Amino acid sequence: MKRGVLIASVLAGLHLLVLLAGFAAPYDPAEQARTLPFAPPSRVHFVDADGAFHLRPFVYALTPDPDNFDAYVEDTTQRFPVRLMVAGHLFGVDAPARISLLGTDGLGRDVLSRLLHGGRVSIGAGLLAALCALLVGVGFGTIAGFFGGRIDAAVMRLADLFMAVPWLYLLFAVRAALPLHLDTRATFLVLVAVLGIVGWARPARLVRGIVLSARERTYVMAARGFGAQAPYLLRRHILPQTLGVVLTQAGLLVPQYILAEVTLSFLGLGVGEPTPSWGAMLGSLQQYSVLTSYWWMFAPAIALVAVAISYYALTSMVHERLRLAAS
Amino acid sequence: MRLIGSALIVALLSGLSVDAAAPTPVAPGEDVLVEKAMSGTHGGRLVVALRAEPRSLNPAAAADAPSREVIGRMIGDLIHIDRSTQSTEAALASQWKRSADGREYTVSLRKGIRFSDGHAFDADDVVFTFRVLLDERTGAPQRDLLIVGGQPIQVTKVDEYTVKVTMAQPYAAAERLFDSIGILPQHLLNEAYEKGAMGQIWSVATPAKSIAGLGPYRLKEYVAGQRLVLERNPYYWKTDSTKRRLPYIDELVFLFTGNEDTQVIRFQSGDSDVLNRASADNFAVLSRDQAANRYQLKDLGPSLEYNFLFFNQNDLTGKTLPQVAAKQQWFGDLGFRRAVSRAIDREGIARLVYRGRAVPLWGNVSPGNRLWINTSLPRLSRSVSEARGMLKASGFSWRQDGQLLDRQGRPVAFTIVTSSTSAQRTEMATLIQADLKELGMNVQVVPLEFRALVDRVFQTFDYDASILGLGGGDADPNGEMNVWLSSGSNHLWRLRQQKPATSWEAEIDALMEKQLVTLDYRERKRLYDRVQTIVAEQLPFIFLAAPHILVGARADLGNFKPAVLDHYTLWNVERMFFRPELRSQR
Repeated sequence: MKRGVLIASVLAGLHLLVLLAGFAAPYDPAEQARTLPFAPPSRVHFVDADGAFHLRPFVYALTPDPDNFDAYVEDTTQRFPVRLMVAGHLFGVDAPARISLLGTDGLGRDVLSRLLHGGRVSIGAGLLAALCALLVGVGFGTIAGFFGGRIDAAVMRLADLFMAVPWLYLLFAVRAALPLHLDTRATFLVLVAVLGIVGWARPARLVRGIVLSARERTYVMAARGFGAQAPYLLRRHILPQTLGVVLTQAGLLVPQYILAEVTLSFLGLGVGEPTPSWGAMLGSLQQYSVLTSYWWMFAPAIALVAVAISYYALTSMVHERLRLAAS
Repeated sequence: MRLIGSALIVALLSGLSVDAAAPTPVAPGEDVLVEKAMSGTHGGRLVVALRAEPRSLNPAAAADAPSREVIGRMIGDLIHIDRSTQSTEAALASQWKRSADGREYTVSLRKGIRFSDGHAFDADDVVFTFRVLLDERTGAPQRDLLIVGGQPIQVTKVDEYTVKVTMAQPYAAAERLFDSIGILPQHLLNEAYEKGAMGQIWSVATPAKSIAGLGPYRLKEYVAGQRLVLERNPYYWKTDSTKRRLPYIDELVFLFTGNEDTQVIRFQSGDSDVLNRASADNFAVLSRDQAANRYQLKDLGPSLEYNFLFFNQNDLTGKTLPQVAAKQQWFGDLGFRRAVSRAIDREGIARLVYRGRAVPLWGNVSPGNRLWINTSLPRLSRSVSEARGMLKASGFSWRQDGQLLDRQGRPVAFTIVTSSTSAQRTEMATLIQADLKELGMNVQVVPLEFRALVDRVFQTFDYDASILGLGGGDADPNGEMNVWLSSGSNHLWRLRQQKPATSWEAEIDALMEKQLVTLDYRERKRLYDRVQTIVAEQLPFIFLAAPHILVGARADLGNFKPAVLDHYTLWNVERMFFRPELRSQR
């Protein structure tokens, strides 16, 4: 139980950070500090260059090395204390210093800010696409299971068709067919819609199975005998039975769809620059020089793994609890 | 086991003893070219990684870069451009004489020299070569270059070792036309030519004995998907100062790697010996462990290549592109283009995209081209306030939220398409996107697969703006004719013009045509300076940066003298050799 709370708290914390990215991130994700390309993560100090201890953490401004593109030295002549609530952001430092806890990318953009804002796109796409897939899946699965017969056969054949579709290639085709002028928001919504629509088949099959068995239960038949109509039967007796499947499916689909968005953006088919997404950020690792030189550019991969593991762990816990409750 | 396998491959590829044909002794009366370069040591195998597999070994048909890279080592030309001095030098032609009217060249050929299969070379081969290249059935990519004054050049035989080249009009720097035009062996290809099958000859799978050329190397072996091996041409017509026949290195092995990153990895790991061109990012990676791996890296300074942003000003009559057509009102406005140019941080592009290994550009001639650059062009640094003033003067205004509006009150928003395979150009577009945001322009960056990009720019015209790169060929302005002539195939901002759309394009046409037939360098320079001035004023291209040429080779490779003209590293491969005293360091 405690483990479940811990995992749920971690996930909730991550989602909250991403949701409040505008506040939690120290900079605009598109802001370019052109004198600081590939600057390493800022070193937060408590002890200054003279050895004096300071209770308030501080950073030094970075001075680019004129002979080395990505080499910097700290200018220890002036301390820049880390302040809370700076210009509408959770934390920050006074100019000309900058605080980049996860370093900067090749255009001098703060990686932490891009990570948090990018999470909005990646996690947002995952959540919305999963919601979309579940709504369609539960709808079709319930109709197929409850009414049976030809409707069932038709819906299930359609589900077979959708399960056979290689979704990644379908997404490539859909993205390629879209006009160039599509803005970021429209691209995001199209991604979500395609992911959600393609993914409804599996939850539909599972829900159908549960509905199919639930409608034959004696208490459902008794309710039907007393004159209960389909909407009542579904709402009162059948759909509650599907809750466990829906929850576990949600727990599996969300990370799967986050990964799908990351894959598309990694391949350059997601939202365009300068809007960040985890996949687009990881895309820069396709360059050998970035891959071998700047470890902090892996930050989105770490975030992705953390989110996916948390979701899977939570799903496993929910599944276990529901199993115990049922037995 | 894998380790042993890798070791075996490396050992095989870098083997010291190579089973190659021994150079034949120089025969009496053989008019060889004696190189004054330092003398070297025969032997060894030079491994070069190619980004892609060559498609053909046919000098009259191959157009892809990997094929040209290989073919370039197998052919000999009449007159050659020395990549280090950028001037012409004698090659298969021992000397040539221009007529007083500049329309006729009498070319004397080297006597007694032979193709790589041992067959004698004479004037018939030269006449045959130009007949093949100028025949439309062949579809040779070189054909356009050999049309002077609207008519193909004429090559006729005077005697066994003399040919006469006649042109419809005088042609400036005509000698440069002959560079890289490989002389074909008539004895091997006449039959295919008569059958009209020149386009199909000499694929990579053709048996080595059926291919011959006058280059330093000849085909030895091709292994599909892996490598192509060239061996020394035992009859090559150059010797060193001690009369030993060149080339020094026995074999040239081309590995097929796939992309620049794998090319760099193979070089870094010692699998290949020469890196023809590296991006600034990869150059930095290599620089970091240069000492450990003992290779020489060279930054040759600005290339002749220029990268630029341009707007779609094509005539869209007959095309259903209302979205693009509506924006052309802005794109055709000089004030708009000047404002965009003024708002772009070129120094930022050179620093961030190329890590400082590039120069910002304000004109089409890179500082790497010292003979032709117009140094009087203004180099205006970035000024957002100046740019806003220009927009205001052109009737643009700003909404409360900062969005730029045109005269009709429409928000200014457009898309820049780039090639997804060029990380540098996409980065440039992202920087420009941020720069133009300060002017209130809403710019989207769309990386496209290269062929899709080419299709939009050259065929469908379905784009707003794009970033591309040109140049990098010859330093002479004649190589730019197809860009600046209003009818040129690379007149990208407005293709397929029947007549010049603007007065300044008409002036450029006249200037370029005139410099083409002017034989005096100073006068040509004056004319081309004016072209550069007009281009810089009218901004059909908004020039961004010229990247440096960055190359590398193993430390023990002697006579490695890379140049800013293509081929950057292997242009003097016949003079290269492995220094035995440094061999142990490999």
